[in-house]
Amino acid sequence: MSILKIDGVSKRYANHTALDHVSFDIPQGCIFGLLGPNGAGKTSLIRIITQITGADTGEIYFKGERLRPDHIKDMGYLPEERGLYKKMKVGEQLLYLAQLKGLTKDEARQRIKAWVNRFEIRDWLDKNIEDLSKGMQQKVQFIATVLHEPSLIILDEPFSGFDPINANLIKDEILRLRDNGATIIFSTHRMESVEELCDNIALINRSRKVLDGPVREIKNAYKTDTYQIIGNGKLMVLSPDFEVLEQHENHGVFRAAIRLLNNTSPNDLLRYLLDKVEIHSFVELVPSINDIFIRKVKEPQHA
Amino acid sequence: MHKIWLIVQREYLTRVRKKSFIIMTFLTPLLLAAFMVIPAWLATVSDSADVVMVLDESGKFANKLENKKDLQFMTLHGDLENAKEVYRQTDNTALLYIPPLDIENPEGIKVYSKKNTSLQTKIRLENMLEKEIENQRFVASGIDRALLDKMKAEVSVTTVKLSGKEEEDNNAFVTSGAGIIGAVIIYFFIFLYGVQIMRGVIEEKTNRIVEVMISSVKPFQLMMGKIIGIAGVGLTQFLLWVILSSIVVTGVQAAFGIDAAPTPIEQIEAGRAEATGEEVVQEQNDTAMLADVSNAIANLNFPLLIGCFLFYFLGGYLLYGSLFGAIGAAVDNETDTQQFMFPITIPLIISFIMSYTVVLKNPDGPVAFWMSVIPFTSPIVMMVRVPFGVPASELLLSMALLVAGFIFTTWIASRIYRVGILMYGKKINYKELSKWLFYRV
Repeated sequence: MSILKIDGVSKRYANHTALDHVSFDIPQGCIFGLLGPNGAGKTSLIRIITQITGADTGEIYFKGERLRPDHIKDMGYLPEERGLYKKMKVGEQLLYLAQLKGLTKDEARQRIKAWVNRFEIRDWLDKNIEDLSKGMQQKVQFIATVLHEPSLIILDEPFSGFDPINANLIKDEILRLRDNGATIIFSTHRMESVEELCDNIALINRSRKVLDGPVREIKNAYKTDTYQIIGNGKLMVLSPDFEVLEQHENHGVFRAAIRLLNNTSPNDLLRYLLDKVEIHSFVELVPSINDIFIRKVKEPQHA
Repeated sequence: MHKIWLIVQREYLTRVRKKSFIIMTFLTPLLLAAFMVIPAWLATVSDSADVVMVLDESGKFANKLENKKDLQFMTLHGDLENAKEVYRQTDNTALLYIPPLDIENPEGIKVYSKKNTSLQTKIRLENMLEKEIENQRFVASGIDRALLDKMKAEVSVTTVKLSGKEEEDNNAFVTSGAGIIGAVIIYFFIFLYGVQIMRGVIEEKTNRIVEVMISSVKPFQLMMGKIIGIAGVGLTQFLLWVILSSIVVTGVQAAFGIDAAPTPIEQIEAGRAEATGEEVVQEQNDTAMLADVSNAIANLNFPLLIGCFLFYFLGGYLLYGSLFGAIGAAVDNETDTQQFMFPITIPLIISFIMSYTVVLKNPDGPVAFWMSVIPFTSPIVMMVRVPFGVPASELLLSMALLVAGFIFTTWIASRIYRVGILMYGKKINYKELSKWLFYRV
């Protein structure tokens, strides 16, 4: 079941098209990567989902219903440009933002308490935002985003500005939220950073959707039956079933990339090599999302 | 509505808790008290010692210049150079030199002083000398001074307004005063708190919180919440000023036993009255005038005045406040606001100046009528006109137009606002702004 269905959404600004008939589904309970280079239209799409702006044409369905203003209570949005009221205390700020999302004061207080305990930031509650470091502010903002326990959490470039330790902390929180049933949309131009996290992705380039689906399926579809082999000995491949794409040798240790041809299996390749060299490592070369994206963008445009 | 209320609360509370707000609120009544106390205190200090040395070569004024509490005379003899020398060695205020004098043509009287002689002292001396010369002329021509005093007449004209059912005593001074006070308050309120709205919006933009906010609330709610919240701050401050000032003023009066600092003009008048020996008459005049004023104040239509004040106060603030909010949304920082502030402040300043110059002189003329009907100038101009009596139809027209104007500016402002708050790093001009009005967002 999809929590969000984007159906033919277009958005045009005065002198450029931000989104051009973009359609895809976001399954419930997954971590969804909205990927694409800067200026591809990711933020425009997010702003339409969060109802900051409206689409020119097309529809968006949230949990099967056409997007309504009260749906925003069930969404949490962390914009790329972070910001909080500088002169407000952390506790008050969280309380305020939570109340705007429809929580009662008591509910909000309880949840704030739980979150500050989890992040060990209880001492910050009475500090002004401007007195916190940038990383601390980001943590506060992350809490503000998820405090009302939305079923859809949208994070625009979530790891920018975090040091590795805090980035991992946030990663763990994101996985925990997913396990508790939330759906998370990641938007980023740094594709490698979310590859390991995302269950599904959509690639956007120049206001058009290029590709979408489960990460595993996409990778399978784009695999080239290429294997990397490392071992000892003199590697000589003279079979028409295998193509050597790359080969290096160093002090008797070789490293080679070999592609299977004519529907041969990896076992055939192994069997072929076993007699000739000593094999230390045999790994399938799976294309990264980044590679797939670049390949996809370089392909001639069909439409 | 619930969300607007939350925003109103935040805008209100964060501002009211600011140190600057608290300091301003308590300092202003104290400054007011200082303005009352210091001149009065200074007056008591300097009143002690005004000594004028007199060299009377005419011999006509010997013992005629009476010593007063704060002005004393010391007679010198000898020639002028000698007298000057004596004066120089003292701390006395001045040296009055009266040459041999023809009563019909008194010329050549001089006052020498080390510092500049105060206007007040000069006028008092002139009056005293004039009176003495008059007296001597009366004696010379055989007129009885007492008889002459009896023949003098004092007339005070009472203005009466012939409108409606009753004739009312009416005092032009009080009527214009009441209107001007209201207009001044509205003028400053719009400026002070309109700019606060603008700053608040710019702050949200530069803090980048705005995107978080409008993923929770509508831009219109955010704007209105801010405008209403800041109105609350202004009203609170205004109310506290009124209360604290009256406490401070009563306190000061009790402690120092003064009514208010006498103005220089009053002092001069007092000096003149003293010198001409008309204290009694003057005092009677004063009480008559006071009675007249309080009568006129009592005759002001207070429910109407206060009602109009509140209406134009809020109407004017809302009309301009939303425009200030729109400016804040259109720019990235405060230095860019100038070009947009200009067209907003112009009608305010013009209506303020016109109120003083044209409207007060002719509160029923065409200028007054039009300016009190056009929404951009009516909050100030109508406030000035109301105490003079405005036909109900004109008042209703003006109010209806103000409400319409407010709805119109809020519409424009919210259109600019919703586009502007998400726009960064773009220099905005009027053409661009007018496009925003019809953007689909």
